[in-house]
Amino acid sequence: MGVQIVVFAVCAIVALLGALGVVFARNPVHSALGLVATLFAIAVLFVNQNAQFLGVVQVIVYTGAIVVLILFVIMLLGVDTDEDLDTEPLLGQRWAAVIVALLLIGGIAGIFFVEGRGEAVTGQVAALAPIVPGIPSTDAQGNPTTAAGVDTFVRALPAEQQQAIGEQNITQIGEHLFTDYVFAFMITAALLTIAVIGAVLMARRPKRYEPMPELEDTSYEDVDELSTTGEVTG
Amino acid sequence: MNVDTIDLNAGYLVLAAMLFAIGAAGVLVRRNPLVIVMCVELMLNAVNLTLVTFSTMLNDIAGQIMVLFVLVVAAAEVVVGLGIIVAISRRRPGATADDIRVLRG
Repeated sequence: MGVQIVVFAVCAIVALLGALGVVFARNPVHSALGLVATLFAIAVLFVNQNAQFLGVVQVIVYTGAIVVLILFVIMLLGVDTDEDLDTEPLLGQRWAAVIVALLLIGGIAGIFFVEGRGEAVTGQVAALAPIVPGIPSTDAQGNPTTAAGVDTFVRALPAEQQQAIGEQNITQIGEHLFTDYVFAFMITAALLTIAVIGAVLMARRPKRYEPMPELEDTSYEDVDELSTTGEVTG
Repeated sequence: MNVDTIDLNAGYLVLAAMLFAIGAAGVLVRRNPLVIVMCVELMLNAVNLTLVTFSTMLNDIAGQIMVLFVLVVAAAEVVVGLGIIVAISRRRPGATADDIRVLRG
């Protein structure tokens, strides 16, 4: 019990700091490194919740492939220059974004205070495939066991059975992925093929190469500049 | 003991909400397309964390399978998004999200 809470606290802090680093870093490379910290912390949180397979996949796919791909593009384009964060392109945009973020957090966190911890999450217990079979959907008082979750029941078991449940994770995911969700799985394969072909097509250097034309400038400073240069030449 | 577990589950959900909000704020504020892609990844990961938490709370493996699909779709999304960013930066180096508001070739 105590170990889980400590792991959660440490990883939550790391994840939040990394996420703030992604948003506030001026250099895109620093943003990518903050993203790595957050993704690692989330992988540890997956393992903390008895989702070992997803923890491993998270590290391999996200930190191993996606972030490396993003870093590759940063280096390739040479856009690892600092962004000017002091000027605000839209007046009040940052405050609006902060307000939206706070409303989002407050709305979700508020559910737990208003609705109570048990009623906040609704849903059918073990609708498709129970992770741990034999857990009743209601406890002795008739309350749904939703809020307590699997962890309480798993921790009450002896250590060998707990380990067995952890080792079953990959087996369970595989069984249901290749039976109940096999159609979605095949669609996923098609999606990946389409994405690869699309990426190759877009990243290919076109034969007829012409740079994008400059946009017309509409700001007042540029209009002044145009008029002054017009006076000089005229 | 039971109460602590409930708090931990709620803690996961609140943490995911905070990560999602930070990612959303990043998408709204930042103008570098690469950083916007990273913030979208942050939001997707927050949702993944929520799905795994619900999977544990409801004692159902389906949530974890859904996370697997989200991972695959996120990978495809990043590949296509970075392809678009590379194609745009080749034509207009140093373009921010404000510069590419006109989608004409």
